Amino acid sequence: MSDQGRRIITPLDLEIVQSLRCGDRILLNGVIYTGRDAAHKRMIQALERGEELPFNLKDQIIYFVGPTPAPPGKVIGSAGPTTSGRMDAYSPYLIAQGLKGMIGKGLRSNAVIEAMKEYGAVYLGAIGGAGALLAGCIKEAEVIAYPDLGPEAIHKLVVEDFPVTVLIDSQGGNLYETGQKAYKR
Amino acid sequence: MKEISVQKIVKAVEELCLEANCVLNQDVVDALQRSLVTEESPQGKEVLELLLQNAEIAERESIPICQDTGMAVLFVEVGQDLHITGGSLTEALNEGVRRGYKKGFLRKSVVTNPFTRENTQDNTPAIIHYDVVEGDNLTLTLAPKGFGSENMGALKMLKPSDGLAGMMDFVVETVEKAGANPCPPIVVGVGIGGTMEKAAYLAKKALLRDIGSAHQDPELAKLEQELLGRINDLGIGPQGYGGRTTALGVSLEVFATHIAGLPVAVNINCHVARHRKIVLKG
Repeated sequence: MSDQGRRIITPLDLEIVQSLRCGDRILLNGVIYTGRDAAHKRMIQALERGEELPFNLKDQIIYFVGPTPAPPGKVIGSAGPTTSGRMDAYSPYLIAQGLKGMIGKGLRSNAVIEAMKEYGAVYLGAIGGAGALLAGCIKEAEVIAYPDLGPEAIHKLVVEDFPVTVLIDSQGGNLYETGQKAYKR
Repeated sequence: MKEISVQKIVKAVEELCLEANCVLNQDVVDALQRSLVTEESPQGKEVLELLLQNAEIAERESIPICQDTGMAVLFVEVGQDLHITGGSLTEALNEGVRRGYKKGFLRKSVVTNPFTRENTQDNTPAIIHYDVVEGDNLTLTLAPKGFGSENMGALKMLKPSDGLAGMMDFVVETVEKAGANPCPPIVVGVGIGGTMEKAAYLAKKALLRDIGSAHQDPELAKLEQELLGRINDLGIGPQGYGGRTTALGVSLEVFATHIAGLPVAVNINCHVARHRKIVLKG
């Protein structure tokens, strides 16, 4: 899948983040973390209590996903993105803690976009509904926190050439806006 | 009186869960292929191609097409001359869901209570719509529904004076507001008339129709095409990256209503548009 964009190795530093523009296609390689509704809620509660988070957010990427259970012989089940908007209430706090990237699908709030611009973060889109295909790019998966949340537990994933598109960049450029405008009749 | 045992029902539901979640329906495959021809956006085309590839991988490897394997929605037509033996029909349907979601390594996405939100661990309870019909068959249609798309649905009690134009505008506005969230290309079910809950039920039921199958009433079929055109003119495109293919199909279901009302419900489905039917003979 090397023709599907620029290869990027995680974690993401500020320089890489600032070089990305909405519409760019990239292939992620390295460690990313999963987290969706319930895990985000717990992480924010931990921050409010002044507790350590299950992993250091600095320069990391969170993938909004709740995979299906891994069948025998597989690392993970189907693993496509969930709707990011449900994490809007939480993402600005995590971006302020050093989170550099989010992978999901769908619209984000102004508060999230402002935090991305202020601290330097990028919002990446994986194809919603392509969970079987995306699972093939996940080479390792390990639950590192909140195992009681089942599919919502935080997993540490190792990905290879995981294909994403820059949806919103660190300057506020937004593919959803430019894309729709180009084809609206 | 003809009989069907609950064991047979459990087994049938279990198999429907596996098929519906791992095999993309042929009508969707055909619709995606048609869209590949008409899509103008290169990125949109690529998304459509990847969705077709994804379906091939899912079927070959027996893994779910999408990780959101949904809340199990069952439409059940019970023949009035049929006798169910060996236990409760509702419990048999739930047991089938329980077994199917376990056996297929499908995601358990149901929480006990909207506020305390503890996972029930087996994807039950299912949402079951019963209909008593003539005859002695039991027809089961399973339509597992993911919530990326379900969350984008809307219902509005329009005024009769809003008329056809008001209905059309509401449908298009609902799709535009949903944007990229329900994973376009989407399928749109619209329920019109009845009462509030009847309209919502009809909107969900409309999603069971094969994509591209026109409504049998030619006037409604024309409206479906008009709505599809307006939705695709929004430019949202595959995944919301911009393009011509925002929806693959629009289905309307209409029912009688009250002199004072015009309920309209819109239920959006993602491209997976899962639904599988089986007829059990008594």
